[in-house]
Amino acid sequence: MSTAVAQKKGFGAFIWDYLTTVDHKKIAHLYLVAGGLFFLVGGLEALLIRIQLIKPDNDFVSAGFYNELLTMHGTTMIFLAAMPLIFAIMNAVVPLQIGARDVAFPFLNSLGFWLFLFGGLILNCGWFLGGAPDAGWTAYAPLSTVSPGHGVDFYVLGLQISGAGTLIGGINFLVTIINMRAPGMTYMRMPLFTWTALVTSTLILFAFPALTVGLFLLMFDRLFGSGFFNASMGGNSVIWEHLFWIFGHPEVYILILPAFGVFSDVLSTFSKKRLFGYTAMVFATTLIGFLGFMVWAHHMFATGLGPAANSIFAIATMAIAVPTGIKIFNWLFTLWGGTITINSAMLWALGFIPSFTIGGTTGVMLAAAAADYQYHDTYFVVAHFHYVIVGGVVFGLFAAMHYWWPKMFGKVLNETLGQITFWTFFTGFHLTFFIQHFLGLMGMPRRYWTFLPGQHLETGNLVSSIGAFLMAIGAIVFVINVIYTSVKAPKVSGDPWDGRTLEWSIPSPPPHYNFKQTPLVRGLDPLWIEKMEGRKGITPAEPLDDIHMPNPSILPFIMSLGLFIAGFGFIYQVDNLSYLWLVILGMGITLGCMLTRSVKDDLGHHIHKEDLEKEGAEQ
Amino acid sequence: MSDQTLNPETMPEQPERATLEGKNKFLGFWFFLGGETVLFASLFGTYLALRNSTNDGPGAEELFGLELVFVMTMLLLTSSLTSVYAMYHMKNNSFGKMQLWLGITVLLGLGFLGCELYEFYHYIHGEGFTLRSSAFGSAFYTLVGFHGGHVTFGLLWIIALMVRNAKRGLNLYNAPKFYIASLYWHFIDVVWVFIFTVVYLMGVI
Repeated sequence: MSTAVAQKKGFGAFIWDYLTTVDHKKIAHLYLVAGGLFFLVGGLEALLIRIQLIKPDNDFVSAGFYNELLTMHGTTMIFLAAMPLIFAIMNAVVPLQIGARDVAFPFLNSLGFWLFLFGGLILNCGWFLGGAPDAGWTAYAPLSTVSPGHGVDFYVLGLQISGAGTLIGGINFLVTIINMRAPGMTYMRMPLFTWTALVTSTLILFAFPALTVGLFLLMFDRLFGSGFFNASMGGNSVIWEHLFWIFGHPEVYILILPAFGVFSDVLSTFSKKRLFGYTAMVFATTLIGFLGFMVWAHHMFATGLGPAANSIFAIATMAIAVPTGIKIFNWLFTLWGGTITINSAMLWALGFIPSFTIGGTTGVMLAAAAADYQYHDTYFVVAHFHYVIVGGVVFGLFAAMHYWWPKMFGKVLNETLGQITFWTFFTGFHLTFFIQHFLGLMGMPRRYWTFLPGQHLETGNLVSSIGAFLMAIGAIVFVINVIYTSVKAPKVSGDPWDGRTLEWSIPSPPPHYNFKQTPLVRGLDPLWIEKMEGRKGITPAEPLDDIHMPNPSILPFIMSLGLFIAGFGFIYQVDNLSYLWLVILGMGITLGCMLTRSVKDDLGHHIHKEDLEKEGAEQ
Repeated sequence: MSDQTLNPETMPEQPERATLEGKNKFLGFWFFLGGETVLFASLFGTYLALRNSTNDGPGAEELFGLELVFVMTMLLLTSSLTSVYAMYHMKNNSFGKMQLWLGITVLLGLGFLGCELYEFYHYIHGEGFTLRSSAFGSAFYTLVGFHGGHVTFGLLWIIALMVRNAKRGLNLYNAPKFYIASLYWHFIDVVWVFIFTVVYLMGVI
C-alpha cells in the first residue's frame, strides 16, 4: 500500500500525508526540515552579530536589536535547531536499530513535532509583532520580568509549548527503547546511538519539568502580576536561576549524548571494528547522564551561593571529565588498528575528537570556581560553549546526516561537496571561536553590542567574524549538496557502508512497516555477525504474517494549533482583557481534540500477508 | 487481533497490560508521573523558598485552619481507596462494580474540589489574600492551584472514560485507559499528602 499509493498522489495529498503522518520516518523528515530552517535562521542571526562586532564602535545594528539578536540566536539554536535535529535523527534511526516497526506512541510522536513547531513559530512571531525576546537565552529575572513590550512573553509561551512537545518525545523514546526491542536485542546489545537516545530521553523527562515550572512562574509574574521574582513583593530572582539551570545543565547533555552515540556508530562502521570498550561506553554514558543533574550551580558561581556550595559543584563538575575522557580514549582505540575509510561522515567524527577535547579542557578550567570569577561573563565562556555545542553537537549532526542520509532518503550525499562543507565549516569554526578564548581572557565581556578601539580587541574580532562567514559558506554548500543529491544522485542499496547494525539490513528508504519480519538479534552488531557467518541478511524471528500499523491523524496538528492560538491570547490579554476569548477558543480546541482522541477508538490497521509477499516479489 | 481486543472471550489476569499498547501506556504513564514529580518538586522548592515572604500581608499562621483541610484530606484519601476498589473490580471483570466505585471516586473528588474553591474564595474575599498579595501568595496559589488543576483534569478524564464506555463494558482496549487514569488519581493523592504536610501543617505549627 505504501509505495504504490504514494506515487499517484498530488501535491495536496502529499501535504495532507505529512500533516497527518504518524510514521516515525516521515516525522523525522518533518523534524529535519523544520530544524534545518531554524538552524539557518539562527545562523543568520549569528552572522548579524558577527557583522556588528567586525570593527570597534560599529553601528550596523542598534543596541536593542543586538539584544534581540543574541537572545534569539541562543534560544533558536538550542531549542529550535539542535533539539529537533537530534529528534530527527532519533526518529529516523532508533526504531530501525532496535528492530521495531514503529515507536511506542506514534500519535504522541506526531504531537511532539507539531507542538515544537508551533512553539517555535510563536517564539519567532516576536520579530514581526513589536520586538523579539531580548533578555538573553537564559532570561534571568528580574531583567526578563521587567523587559518592556511583549518580547519575553513570546519566549515564555513559545518555549512552554515547544518544551511540552520535547517532553512527550522523550517519554515516547523511553518506552520505545524499553518495550519495543526485537527478540534478542538485550540492553547490552543495543547500538550506542540507541543507548545515548535512551539516556537523553531520561534526561529530558527529568529536566524539562523544571523549565516548565520556571516558565510558568515567569509567565505569572509578567502576565498575571504575581511576585515570584519581584523583590518588592518579597520574591527572589535566584529561584529563576536555579530552576533554569536545573533544566539547563542537563539540557547540554541532552544535546551532546546523542552526538556521542553518532560518533560511536560512525567510528566503528568506518574502522571496520566493533566499538572499543562498549561496556565502558555504556557506563560512561549513564554516568554522564547521572552527574549532569548534580552540577547546575556551576553556572551560578558568581551568584554568591558561598564557598561550600561552589566547592561541591566545582568538584562534581570536574568529575564529569572522567567518563568523558573514557569516551575519548575509547574512540581513539576504536580507530587504532582499524581498516579506516575516510569520507564526509568520518571527517566530522575525526574533526570532533580534538575540537571537543578543547571544549572539555576549557570546561574543566571554568569548573574551578575561584578562577571562574575571572572568566565569568566574558568571551572565554562563549568560546567554551561553542566548542562543545558546535564542535560536539553540530559536528555530530553533520556526521549523522552524512551517515544516515542514504537510510533516510536512499541516496548518498555527494562526497566532494561533503568534504568542501567539512573543510570550510571546520576551518571557519576554529577561526571564529579559538580566538574568542583570548578575547575573553583580555577582558571582552559577552553580550555587549560593541567594543572600544585601542584595546587590542580589533584583530581578534575581525578574525572571528571572517570565520563566521566561512561557517556560513560551509552550511550553504551543505544545502546545495542536499538539493544536488536529491536531483542527481543514483539510488543506492540498503547497505552502502557495509554496516554493522540492524538499520542496514533493510531497504533504503525503509518500507513504512520497516521490517517485513521482526529480526532475531544474536549479539552486538547483529548484521555484522550474520555477514561473518556468510548470510546475506538478518535471521527473522517470526514467519511472515499480517503487520499491525497505526492510523494517521490530523488531531496532533489541530491540538498544537489550539495551543498556538491560546498562546497569543495569554500574551495580549494584558493589553485588552477581551483577548481572553482567544485563550478560551484555543484551549477549547486543544481540550476538544484530547477528548476526541480519548473517546474515539483508534485500533490501527493491518497490512496483509499477501500484500507483503507481493511487495517482496517486486523488489 | 482488534476483534479479540474489543471483545475478549476471557479476561487475562492483568487486562491493563495484556496488549503491547497496554504495556506501552502503562510504562509511558509511569514515566510521565516521574516528570510530574519533578514538576511538583520544583513548585514545592519555590514554595519553601518563599513561604515566609509575606510582604507584611497575611501569613500562613493567620490564614490556614486545619479543620477544612482535614476534611479535604479525608475526602481525597478515601477517593484514592475507592479507585483501588474500582481497579480490583476491573481485574475481576465486573464492569458494573468498577463503574460504581469510579463514580464514588468522582463524587469524593468533586467534594474535595468544592472545599478547595470555598477555601480560595474565603482567602480572596474574606482575607484579601491573592496571587498578587506577596511572593508567599504567588507561591501558595501556584502550588495548590496546580494540584487543584490536576484534580479537575483527573475528574474530567475519569468522567469521560465512564461515559464513553458505559454501554460497551470492559475490554482490552479500554482497560489500560481506566488503569492509567487511576494511577493519575493516586499520584494526585500523594501530592496532596505533601501539600497537607508542607503547606498546611508546617504553616500552622
